[in-house]
Amino acid sequence: MSFNWKHYFKTFSLKELMQGMGVTGKYFFERKITIQYPEEKTPISNRFRGHHALRRYPNGEERCIACKLCEAVCPALAITIDLEERPDGTRRTTRYDIDMFKCIYCGFCEEACPVDAIVETNIFEYHFENRGENIQTKDKLLAIGDKHEAEIAKMKAADAPYR
Amino acid sequence: MMEILANFFGAFLPEWMVTLLIILIKVVAIVLPLILLVAYATYAERKIIGFMQVRVGPNRVGFKGLLQPFADMFKLIFKEIVIPARSNRFLFLIAPLLAMGPAFAAWAVIPFSDGMVLADVNAGLLFLLALTSLGVYGVIIAGWASNSKYAQLSALRIGAQMVSYEIAMGFALVGVLMASGSLNLGDIVRAQSGSIFSWFVWPLFGLFLVYFISGVAETNRAPFDVAEGESEIVAGFHVEYSGMAFSIFFLAEYANMWLIAALTSLMFLGGWLSPFQGLTFLTDMPVLGRVFGDGIHWLLLKASFFMLLFFWFRATFPRYRYDQIMRLGWKILIPITLVWIFAEGLAIALGWKPWL
Repeated sequence: MSFNWKHYFKTFSLKELMQGMGVTGKYFFERKITIQYPEEKTPISNRFRGHHALRRYPNGEERCIACKLCEAVCPALAITIDLEERPDGTRRTTRYDIDMFKCIYCGFCEEACPVDAIVETNIFEYHFENRGENIQTKDKLLAIGDKHEAEIAKMKAADAPYR
Repeated sequence: MMEILANFFGAFLPEWMVTLLIILIKVVAIVLPLILLVAYATYAERKIIGFMQVRVGPNRVGFKGLLQPFADMFKLIFKEIVIPARSNRFLFLIAPLLAMGPAFAAWAVIPFSDGMVLADVNAGLLFLLALTSLGVYGVIIAGWASNSKYAQLSALRIGAQMVSYEIAMGFALVGVLMASGSLNLGDIVRAQSGSIFSWFVWPLFGLFLVYFISGVAETNRAPFDVAEGESEIVAGFHVEYSGMAFSIFFLAEYANMWLIAALTSLMFLGGWLSPFQGLTFLTDMPVLGRVFGDGIHWLLLKASFFMLLFFWFRATFPRYRYDQIMRLGWKILIPITLVWIFAEGLAIALGWKPWL
């Protein structure tokens, strides 16, 4: 191998190191793209899959008919459903538990639901303070649905044309 | 200032106690600002690296995050110091002190301004070389006493790395002492006075680069931080340390960085000497003359520039592989210094102008 003057000049002049530092030096003055989270938030898609909710019909009747399709499709086995037949012959759930620790937020339950009862909302800022709170019961899910119904309806309507 | 204090204490204390008190006061006057500098070096590092990565860095505690170092400090103070079950307890606890002691003791011979030095030692350069070599003991003992594989590996790496780069560093300093003809740091700086062109960077540019590169390697900073190696050996020699014990290692590392930065500016960039030296129309101005004239602020400015380089390197360069570090140290840096010293010696013997 012959003595490569070019190579040695490039090495000892630290050319490539300077170039690298030039890049980082340039970015030092670049506009920062950080989102200051609690004050600023990124936009959320209408398809966002956050905390679950159970919805009701406008007349106040709960939508879920205990068909157990969501329970069947759930890949993480996070959903547990018990049911009863009401005196008027309709089926409704007595128990609808989602284990939020098992849930992988795939959205299959929402896809499977024939009556749009179980949905995933855009709520992602939630936490549990005690053991057992990770099991979201029917009452809690319905309460979330009631509280955010307007927003859920708006999101689902906005996304409907693309489904 | 010191005379006033000496007279005040001398009124009711024996003479040896007065001397001791004065020295203690001087030590505190050096160490406290140093700790503050270290604290804000961590803040500056996070901010600068953040900016280079198009982030904003810490900005929650205080205005623009300026109180962040104190928040970190209080957090570390209140954390538990966990001592691994089968570690060597005594060595485990003494190691951080062994790392911090030399890092701080070395500041005794640093002249901050003309005459502003705690110990005006004639062999100051030798003292510094000795103390910076001692720093490696704390690290090796920490790695060994932790009884952890990662810490042990890191200690071995640091041991080899620091010993190798010490040689290149020592040779670079030999060049400086040949040019200045003195081991006293104050004299080294005074030998560079005249104008910006009599600083040692110009005739000793290669040694300056070698010195700073081996300084980065000595302090185990990126890109020579195989000893930390987050991706391979977790955090290196201080994996098992927590709370204050950990923060003392941190303090030592940053104090060492400031030391290398200060030494580079003292030995190659004229320390406290102003770059406008010799331009009398600037230095003789009524108020601004103080700013343009020599003084501690120039040393601080130069050292801060080298600290910026430390952070800049960390934001830019990927980590060297271990064998590459050894190759760079032994096969590139040491030969460069040897050739440079030989050329310099020749020039001095023949009386050529750029060197002496």
